[in-house]
Amino acid sequence: MFRKLGIAAAVAMAMGSAQAQISDGVIKIGVLNDQSSLYADISGQGGAVAARMAVEDFGAAKKGMKVEVITADHQNKPEVGSSIARQWYDVDKVDVIVDVPTSSVALAINQVTREKNKAFLVSGAATSDLTGKACSPNTIHWTYDTWMLAHGTGSAIVGTGKKTWFFLTADYAFGHALERDTEEVVVKSGGKVLGKVRHPLNAQDFSSFLLQAQSSKAQVIGLANAGGDTINSIKQASEFGIVKGGQNLAGLLVFISDVHALGLQTAQGLIFTETFYWDRNDASRAFAKRFAPQYKGNMPTMVQAGIYSSVLHYLKAVEALKSDDAPKVIAKMKEMPTDDPLFGKGRVRQDGRKVHDAYLVEVKKPSESKGPWDYYKILATIPADKAFRPEKEGGCPLVK
Amino acid sequence: MTEIFGIPIQAFMGQLLIGLINGSFYALLSLGLAVIFGLLNIINFTHGAQYMMGAFVAWFLLNKAGIGYWWALVIAPIAVGIFGVIIERTMLKQLYKLDHLYGLLLTFGLALIIQGVFRNEYGSSGLPYQIPSELQGGQNLGFMFLPRYRGWVIIFSLAVCLSTWFVIEKTKLGSYLRAATENPELVRAFGINVPRMITLTYGFGVGLAALAGVMAAPIYSVNPLMGADLIIVVFAVVVIGGMGSIMGSIVTGFGLGVIEGLTKVFYPEASNTVIFIIMAIVLMFRPAGLFGTQR
Repeated sequence: MFRKLGIAAAVAMAMGSAQAQISDGVIKIGVLNDQSSLYADISGQGGAVAARMAVEDFGAAKKGMKVEVITADHQNKPEVGSSIARQWYDVDKVDVIVDVPTSSVALAINQVTREKNKAFLVSGAATSDLTGKACSPNTIHWTYDTWMLAHGTGSAIVGTGKKTWFFLTADYAFGHALERDTEEVVVKSGGKVLGKVRHPLNAQDFSSFLLQAQSSKAQVIGLANAGGDTINSIKQASEFGIVKGGQNLAGLLVFISDVHALGLQTAQGLIFTETFYWDRNDASRAFAKRFAPQYKGNMPTMVQAGIYSSVLHYLKAVEALKSDDAPKVIAKMKEMPTDDPLFGKGRVRQDGRKVHDAYLVEVKKPSESKGPWDYYKILATIPADKAFRPEKEGGCPLVK
Repeated sequence: MTEIFGIPIQAFMGQLLIGLINGSFYALLSLGLAVIFGLLNIINFTHGAQYMMGAFVAWFLLNKAGIGYWWALVIAPIAVGIFGVIIERTMLKQLYKLDHLYGLLLTFGLALIIQGVFRNEYGSSGLPYQIPSELQGGQNLGFMFLPRYRGWVIIFSLAVCLSTWFVIEKTKLGSYLRAATENPELVRAFGINVPRMITLTYGFGVGLAALAGVMAAPIYSVNPLMGADLIIVVFAVVVIGGMGSIMGSIVTGFGLGVIEGLTKVFYPEASNTVIFIIMAIVLMFRPAGLFGTQR
């Protein structure tokens, strides 16, 4: 009896896969990120706006594809994120989760997605482990990562002759990864790390940590944190006269939303690495002009741009395959070259790393800025093949 | 160089001072809470949101009306205090006869609504607010660089805390207030308008929160979440000091600021839990708090 049932099930499954199709007739995209705390302005609701714009630009409706975008707040907690992901995959039939800032949460979703054999397109999270030891055939890491930030910003600063560093690190997966990757760059280029201090995520007051950094006499204070934490560190560093005292701040991960919150008066002169700037070319400006009115007049961050780009490429792969079977779609996404108005041409590697150019930028002085959101000077373009960690060095088992 | 616990004495002094500065925010906020709890028996969970509103009023004044920091120090507490009075008159008043828990739930709900509205409108990254030009720069004290603004915060908040304590504990007005909480019927019999006094006390407590908010605006960005992050710590401060004890909240506010500051040097990872560890220990040995009296 059971054997017969088994055969019947096997036949049914075979028929299912032979009939290339979209499961339950809808492609459901789940945008999962921080919508209420210190990372909410990096993607948040704007992430959903970007995903919907991608669906629209792809022309899903005209092509007769039904695509739905839903969102949720993971509150920067891995356990909250995982349970939403399970609910989405099991009950709500979500096909792909996108964004997920906060590396600790992203690593958890990476695991859940692999278990459920679905697709995960990371834009918000930074840890380079997602394409290193934690790489998965179900995950693509889109916008940036800690290795890229460390090499882009770290090498540029060490290159100016500043060799001694002190790290202010957010005490969780992301901060640790960013500190580790930057320290490697610093040491490799003959620099020295004089000390480090790990602060809790979402700390309000940094004066105590900054004082420790100040008394270390390091030439560079590397901020291995993000969002609200970076804003407060930079603001309070200026109050304590750290830059005036001859030490330099290296914001290892700074978003345009952070610069906007700091104001140019405080943020001017900061050097860091981004993969997207809205005012870089006509295509990015056109995107930003459409994006801003839908998101309270804010220009898109690189994370929001990355969500747009990743969703667009995902839908192209689904269209080409005529199926939303996750492992196949991810394989197809790696096979097809990427091309979109925001990041230009690029590709997705076997380890799940999406590669494109990165930009070393400097924040303008208030006198150089023509108005709100005119914030960056692009100092250098780091070509795609130099910007990201070589595939062989990440220790990803998928790379042969 | 001489060392204390393995760190140079100079660095140690610097950290002590930083701790006192952060403690002055704890003291100002827990003072407002203690006043409201001591005299109204309301656990005011909107305190964090009112602190945030103080900072936002300062930002609005500067950016929409061109009114600077010094006037904001006066206007913001009054504006937010009036907002508090309206809440007291329309909502809290109904709850005095009921258990503490109802006041706590109402104020907690209000806090979530207020924060939600601000976050929705202004995002989570915060808005820039510059230090007033008179207080920019700083002094090199030999053992540390003290930003002038932080020095101002510590002096001003100490002055506000002590005068509040003085008014409530040492003046006739304060004695009316304290009497009104002990036995409102009797005080009313002397011809004193007790409900109005209670309303104004709530407004004053809220005003203290807003004042702390204005002082925080140039240091932390003006952020819809700034109060939510702080309020839990401040409640722990109040519990450690003893609910309702005015002096207790001032002393523990400054003291815990120092302890937290030192934790940031010796074991930074624990810096946001140390206050709760102390709270647990204090509650085990002195359930009424360090300065509280068992009622």
